[in-house]
Amino acid sequence: MTEILRFEDVVKKFPGADYNAIDHVDLTVDDGEFIAIIGTSGSGKTTLLKMVNRLYEPDQGSIALRGVNIAEKDPVQLRRGIGYVIQQVGLFPHMTVKGNIATVPRILKWDAARIDERVDKLLKLVNLDPDEYRDRFPSQLSGGQQQRVGLARALAVDPVVMLLDEPFGAIDAINRATLQDELMAIHRESRKTYLFVTHDISEAFKLATRILIMHNGKAVQYDTPDAIMRAPAGKFVEELLGKR
Amino acid sequence: MIEYAAKYGYKLEEAFIRHLQIVGLTLIISIVIAAVVTLIVMRSDKAARITVRMFGAVYAIPSLALFALLIPVTGLGMDTAILVLVVYNQFLLIRNFIAGLNSVDPLVVEAAVGMGMTGRDVLTKVRLPLAFPVMLAGIHLSVISTIGIATIAAVIGAGGIGTILFDGLRTESAVKIAWGTLLAAGLAIAANLILIAIERSVSKKYHYGAESDTKAAVA
Repeated sequence: MTEILRFEDVVKKFPGADYNAIDHVDLTVDDGEFIAIIGTSGSGKTTLLKMVNRLYEPDQGSIALRGVNIAEKDPVQLRRGIGYVIQQVGLFPHMTVKGNIATVPRILKWDAARIDERVDKLLKLVNLDPDEYRDRFPSQLSGGQQQRVGLARALAVDPVVMLLDEPFGAIDAINRATLQDELMAIHRESRKTYLFVTHDISEAFKLATRILIMHNGKAVQYDTPDAIMRAPAGKFVEELLGKR
Repeated sequence: MIEYAAKYGYKLEEAFIRHLQIVGLTLIISIVIAAVVTLIVMRSDKAARITVRMFGAVYAIPSLALFALLIPVTGLGMDTAILVLVVYNQFLLIRNFIAGLNSVDPLVVEAAVGMGMTGRDVLTKVRLPLAFPVMLAGIHLSVISTIGIATIAAVIGAGGIGTILFDGLRTESAVKIAWGTLLAAGLAIAANLILIAIERSVSKKYHYGAESDTKAAVA
């Protein structure tokens, strides 16, 4: 497998904090992996994610995407190649479903026919009937439907890496399971690299090829679900698994 | 009253049109200035706060005093009147412009940045359209306030409906006072109704379809 992401001795400290939000993290991600990042709140999992699309900058160390240090890239260009989905969706309330999904394609000046085709294809991918949903506004969608549109929007320009920050955190258990299945299917088909932050351990074990366990800004364990179950690295991981 | 209008109708018309000119010019100039100031100070919360507070203090100066204060500097006439009205408007406009931009959900802004919008895109495609209803409310306030304060501008020879009112007061002519009041109040009420209609149509457009189809959201 080829390596797509490499964190090297990454440290992030927020102004005024007396501890490191990210504390000397080293890890690599292979192309096509589905990495679940779990940990308690304040463990640094979201911070780690947001450093990949440079919403946060590391204070020390480097992050390389396909061998190139992302600090050397233009952040706007970098972000257009990375899909980003957040828990509260962040859909633009003044744009239709189509307008939301077409945001980056429009910035990239795709022609109208290509945009139409892409929007319909993505809506089908996330199991929303294009004719039914294309022209709706986010307020006319349920939480699960909004999250599907958020996912479609992030996938719009075929990103090399997808960052998902607790995308199903606010969704009820039944819809959540369905969305997880769909996300797995989309991942398998696209073979893109997914980084998925969650505090739901069973979700992490269900979806991930490898799981990164964060605690106090440190990467406590980073391994396949099986390996973590067999040999939890220390007391914290054991306790975390105990909650399952 | 009708008699007066028949005889001096041109006077009323002249005053009314002058009033509209003062209000119109004031609005154009003050919206442009407020927009520029907002764009400059919005980068820093502190700068925004100080700016709003500063114009708030100016807004608290009675208009008659401010007119009088500026006569030695800019003289009598419409220019001085417009200058004062523009300064007054800055408080109402900048305060609402900033409040509107700040009212946009930070997560929506973060999503916009995270998906690769430039700073300009975030402002023009996300923040401004979402802030627009609140910004429009500020413009509404400033229109009404300008129509009112502009009547006082007659004192410094700017013309407008105030001329008829002050004429009426000086000559103790009830007819003139009545006409002046009617025109000033009528203009304010008409402007208010028009602005309410505009705000309705905007808020309908900005209702993001929530009203037209809510049952779908249950699915």
